[in-house]
Amino acid sequence: MNKTLTAGALALALLAGVGAAPAQTLRIGLAEDPDILDPTLARTFVGRIVFSALCDKLIDITPDLKLVPRLATEWNWSADEKSLTVKLRPDVLFHDGEKLDAAAAKYSLERHLTLPGSFRRAEIRGIKAIEVLDPLTFRIDLEAPFAPLVAQLTDRAGMMVSPKAARAMGDKFGTAPVCTGPFKFVERVAQDRIVLERFEQYWEKDKIHLQRIEYRPIIDNTVRLANLKSGQLDFIERVAATDLDDVRKDRRFKLSSIVELGYQGITINMGNGARAKGPMGNPKVREALELSLDRQALIQVVFNGEFEVGNQWISPGNAAYNKAIPVPKRDVAKARALLREAGHPNPTIEFMVATTGEAQQVAQVIQSMTKEAGFDLKIRATEFASSLKLAEQGDFEIYYLGWSGRTDPDGNLVQFITCGSPNNNSGHCNQEVEKLILASRSTNDLAKRREAWHAIARVTLTDRPIVYLFHRKWFWAYANKVSGLVEYPDGLVRVHGLKVN
Amino acid sequence: MMTFLVRRLAIILPTLVFVSFIIFGLQQLLPGDPALAMAGEERDPDAIAHIRKTLRLDEPIAMRYAYWMAGVVQGDLGISLRIQKPVGELVLQKLPVTLQLAAMAMLVALLIGIPMGMLSAVKNGSAWDYGANVIALWGLSTPNFWLGIMMILLFSVELGWLPASGYVPPAEGLGANLAAMVMPAFVLGNAIAAVMMRHTRSAMLQVLSSDYVRTARAKGLYERAVIGKHAWRNASIPVITLGALEFGQLLSGAVLTEQVFSIPGFGKLIVDAVFNRDYAVVQGVVLCTASAYILLNFLADIAYMLVNPRLRS
Repeated sequence: MNKTLTAGALALALLAGVGAAPAQTLRIGLAEDPDILDPTLARTFVGRIVFSALCDKLIDITPDLKLVPRLATEWNWSADEKSLTVKLRPDVLFHDGEKLDAAAAKYSLERHLTLPGSFRRAEIRGIKAIEVLDPLTFRIDLEAPFAPLVAQLTDRAGMMVSPKAARAMGDKFGTAPVCTGPFKFVERVAQDRIVLERFEQYWEKDKIHLQRIEYRPIIDNTVRLANLKSGQLDFIERVAATDLDDVRKDRRFKLSSIVELGYQGITINMGNGARAKGPMGNPKVREALELSLDRQALIQVVFNGEFEVGNQWISPGNAAYNKAIPVPKRDVAKARALLREAGHPNPTIEFMVATTGEAQQVAQVIQSMTKEAGFDLKIRATEFASSLKLAEQGDFEIYYLGWSGRTDPDGNLVQFITCGSPNNNSGHCNQEVEKLILASRSTNDLAKRREAWHAIARVTLTDRPIVYLFHRKWFWAYANKVSGLVEYPDGLVRVHGLKVN
Repeated sequence: MMTFLVRRLAIILPTLVFVSFIIFGLQQLLPGDPALAMAGEERDPDAIAHIRKTLRLDEPIAMRYAYWMAGVVQGDLGISLRIQKPVGELVLQKLPVTLQLAAMAMLVALLIGIPMGMLSAVKNGSAWDYGANVIALWGLSTPNFWLGIMMILLFSVELGWLPASGYVPPAEGLGANLAAMVMPAFVLGNAIAAVMMRHTRSAMLQVLSSDYVRTARAKGLYERAVIGKHAWRNASIPVITLGALEFGQLLSGAVLTEQVFSIPGFGKLIVDAVFNRDYAVVQGVVLCTASAYILLNFLADIAYMLVNPRLRS
């Protein structure tokens, strides 16, 4: 009987080819299924993970957020800071064999600006014209100085697509993308896998050790981890905080992490429609809400203490963080006093949260913390897509929402607090902040920009359109045979240097 | 018989039109703005306006329905806005996966449910009967989601016998394909087997107590012939109905099981499409599965006639 069982099991395992994958194939478990693989039309964070192997950018970041050349070898601002001259690397080919030159770069950027439905247009909207100066040099002319432009070129807006392929495929380009990255597109089975293969003519091919990458979207955290443990995957992203101990104890795997660029926070409706007229419209009530929170305890309870507390749109480790305004300590007595002063000793507030288990837990902990100060938070669990609509309409009082983060602090800030901005759900509008934002964007002098951000922090952290709570960490778990991972705070998996031994 | 079949065929078309109304209408009740949901974090008003235009969200609902139906009758189910692929192509891509999973799950259900139900009825009141009932109760009360994860932990993580999840097309290796489908098929089939068992048991008990079975026994027929030829054939009618309904339901996608085992079938496709408000995908897939459901019911009607001569007259 035992022999039969063992033989059966062996046969099954042989049939299944459990764990079998060609040498130097890296199988990555993604937490979501990416949307369209077109740098111009793409919207999801997870899609950017695939792009980091598929589409090279003009400029990249280092783990400590410095800008480094990729397809562009150098970039220089004009004296009036309204023109950016970019010089390209000479030896770059697209996956279809076409050459990357200044004309192709101009085409890619203009495609971002003009393709209907482009999500890049807003990121580089200030571009007035792009002029080819010589085969490898082009100049971007702006309507007005716009410092975040260079940082935008470190992401999808800086990805170059083959003009020949893009012209031929139009808005279907994302079904078979042709870029300049170290890997070329092989196939995609929606919700099952995306397969990429090494591009032999890649300009930096000595740094690429993998032959093939398979991305497999597995949404459930437990199942994703089980796939790693059973050998079906070599690498998984976004390991759940509650699974970290399990991974750490298992000697077959390594764990890497880094603090994210984004944040998690509570958006407060302070000026978006009729519901802003409730207690949360009162600055004292908003301050009381923040003072009733113990961020460290929140992280400890829900995330086993794995994340980092924060109170600004960038984490305390970021060079642009305003150290003069540290994370406030919990002060329930002061919070109570503030509520009394505001005339709302026991305000009943509706707290909108997404329906995920994690968001619900955060909401429950916040609910019990704020209760001690006198708040009565009514949790309104709302399906995510619906919550976005309600937030836009102003049909909420407070809303637990995060942001995946951008390289330039501007990307975490401006669209959420500028008067009338589409992502400004709180309805915050402060003319002093508007002037400071303009100042932060009109110079490329980093010291001056930081000065402006610090001044913005002084105002907005008092206005409190968003009470920033914490910054998650990106956690990657991978088999011991995988080496060469460098952690980047943008959460993307860069394939340069990655090996499967 | 022909008249009956023609009559049944004649109501299929109006049923499909009615179903298309319901699919389209209900989808409009989904809360939230599809353009915003599609945009996610990115909130460029121009891009959102473009999505709105592409989805014709600014046009009256009747017009949108007319555009959709005009496409459908020409075989065009629309385009998934999320990944820019034609819905028809997605359906064709997922159909073999869902069909295989449904067929394997049904096989598991039939192989377990019918023999157990028959045994339970024939040995009514015995330890066999109680045993079968306990197993059925277990099958009914075990959540698919939990059973799936437990099986993954046992057979994939601990024993390493089967892949934890994913799908391998048969063309890439039949062995690997079957290995990937064994656990999800068992999880799905297990729950259906329990229902099958209960229905088979009650149908068999009813038939076994009927006069013609008593007569057959009195004639001295072997028990095997009494059960196989006389009792089971009559008891199988409600089981066929149930089988067709369950199979139809499986075709519309086994949402949780597909999610746990990352099987890229209809269930996963439709859930993701609903969350992302990818309207064309939701409409296209639901229409296809509803059509399959209606077709299966029609086939079940034919099957009744084949097993029951009385219906043929």
